[in-house]
Amino acid sequence: MSSVQIRDVRKSFGNFEVLHGVTVPIEDGQFVVLVGPSGCGKSTLLRMLAGLENITSGTISIGDRVVNNVQPKERDIAMVFQNYALYPHMTVADNMGFSLKLRNAGSDEINKRVKRAAEILALSPLLDRYPRQLSGGQRQRVAMGRAIVRDPQVFLFDEPLSNLDAKLRVAMRTEIKELHQRLKTTTVYVTHDQIEAMTMADKIVVMHDGIVEQMGTPLELYDKPDNQFVAGFIGSPAMNFLKGHVRVNGVATFEGPNGVKLPLKTAPAASDGLPAVYGVRPEHFTIADDGAEAEIVVVEPTGSETQVFAKIGGEQVVAVFRERHQFNPGDKVRLKPDPSLVHLFDEATGKRLNA
Amino acid sequence: MADVAIPRAKPQMSEDNAWTQLKHNRNWLGFWFMVPAMAFLIFFLAYPLGLGIWLSFTDTRIGRVGHFVATENYEWLWDDSIFWLSVFNTLLYTFVASALKFAIGLYLALLLNENMPFKAMLRAMVLIPFIVPTVLSALAFWWIFDSQFSIISWSLKHLGVINQNINFLGDTTWARICVIFANIWRGVPFVAITLLAGLQTVSPSLYEAATLDGATRWQNFRFITYPLLTPIIAVVMTFSVLFTFTDFQLIWAMTRGGPVNATHLMATLSYQRAIIAGQLGEGAAISSAMIPFLLAAIMVSWFGLQRRKWQQGENND
Repeated sequence: MSSVQIRDVRKSFGNFEVLHGVTVPIEDGQFVVLVGPSGCGKSTLLRMLAGLENITSGTISIGDRVVNNVQPKERDIAMVFQNYALYPHMTVADNMGFSLKLRNAGSDEINKRVKRAAEILALSPLLDRYPRQLSGGQRQRVAMGRAIVRDPQVFLFDEPLSNLDAKLRVAMRTEIKELHQRLKTTTVYVTHDQIEAMTMADKIVVMHDGIVEQMGTPLELYDKPDNQFVAGFIGSPAMNFLKGHVRVNGVATFEGPNGVKLPLKTAPAASDGLPAVYGVRPEHFTIADDGAEAEIVVVEPTGSETQVFAKIGGEQVVAVFRERHQFNPGDKVRLKPDPSLVHLFDEATGKRLNA
Repeated sequence: MADVAIPRAKPQMSEDNAWTQLKHNRNWLGFWFMVPAMAFLIFFLAYPLGLGIWLSFTDTRIGRVGHFVATENYEWLWDDSIFWLSVFNTLLYTFVASALKFAIGLYLALLLNENMPFKAMLRAMVLIPFIVPTVLSALAFWWIFDSQFSIISWSLKHLGVINQNINFLGDTTWARICVIFANIWRGVPFVAITLLAGLQTVSPSLYEAATLDGATRWQNFRFITYPLLTPIIAVVMTFSVLFTFTDFQLIWAMTRGGPVNATHLMATLSYQRAIIAGQLGEGAAISSAMIPFLLAAIMVSWFGLQRRKWQQGENND
């Protein structure tokens, strides 16, 4: 186990820079999730950490050792690949023991460690099978087993769940988290799925176009997104954004599309008339007499909650209710955002304006 | 299986005559689809093979119908030292040329699988020996190895290495080396390109995983590339051995089996005896004598090709 320091790391392919100075401190034993849309550079960063890509500038250290010029095999890291990369011609046991075999470990030692890892992952009955004879979830577990056997300083996961079906993905998510709680090995996990990030991470690093947009615990990112990108990326259904202007005449309000008035708890200093984006999460709407007038477009009940798509000032928003309101398309309702939970972003820069 | 898709027989079907039922029978239709391919195989492969074997048991000559002579042709060959020389030559030629074609082909394939400038052009260039008609390349080699005008002799003389022309195709050892060299030159592209195709089916993430597991480049080859490539190696080498064993054009164009039969292969000897000398029966016997060797080669690859356990489907045992 070890901490990992990523300091001002840049990566260029030819003249094209894909990472523009990324700094991520990772504490010993932490579960860090790199999340972002495709092309944001998260996988590249992970591969640089693994030593599969060169570092153009900046430093990466594992423990107190800078590993920029250290061969992958000397870095003492293990990686789980998106397609698992299991060796098709080796049995599960041979797959898991391959790294030990390459280090000339004795067969007793290999057997012992493979057996231990197999027990942790409930793979013991499958040790003699070949990867082709395994289901997706089993392959996934073998890939993790291969990592565990090594007992490395750091685990790297590159979108390990994206090849699984939805139900299995949820189950494996829990399994990986449980495994981490048990082994307490520093883990860096790459995904494009914000739900995975939210549910698994100690710390989330949201990346976008080669920069880190925000770092923090899942709930910090959810409650106080630094900017409009993070606000829109974290949370499902996504946060509603309404463009308009801040008005401060005695009481702070937000003038949304077509003059709709929306409540603000406080306005940022000297912000009267400031063009801004008003962000409100779907679950922070309530039905109230002093709410903004909205026309219901579509109602989607899921059982535990109901998603309501409605138009406020001509802009579509989505609201989520746990109560079972009787809504029909075309109904007029009054939706009121909770003023203490709304987010205000600068329209030009996307930066957060309210505290 | 096909019957399953046929709609349940309706009551009026029982009144249909046999012909109508036959028209709706999928197996009957399937049979007619197979007929062209079957006819092709029978007329151009099975019939000539059968005729050849039959001829080997007769004393047929060109222009004269033969009589059945049982194994007389084979008994003759058994005591024919030239025949045994040609068997030795064929085995030597096949073994040496195939082994070297494999080694060079694998090396080229590994090289061409790397990222390098002009990759596409280099890959295309490797194919050139394969595209040139055999007889043309044989003629080129004929000149290269000419006793008077050989460019090799000329170059070596000017470099001062030798002071007399090498009699490439006139000396028995040199002649064997030359025809084997020409065969390798011609056969390497097939091996290289096919193995390259095989290499490209190996997922790069396997190499990455192995590298992280601590494998060196050699270990990557030894534990990942080679085992994953074995099925393709088996196919390529079977074909390579069969082509080499039955080679005719190259030898005939370069040496006609000489000098002193040193490069006579079974195929060329068969042609010489059957067509040139007119002894169709004896020539056919020489050709037929190749069959056991070819069958043996096919058997080896058959067992080598048996789908390995890791290639099998998703059954659970």
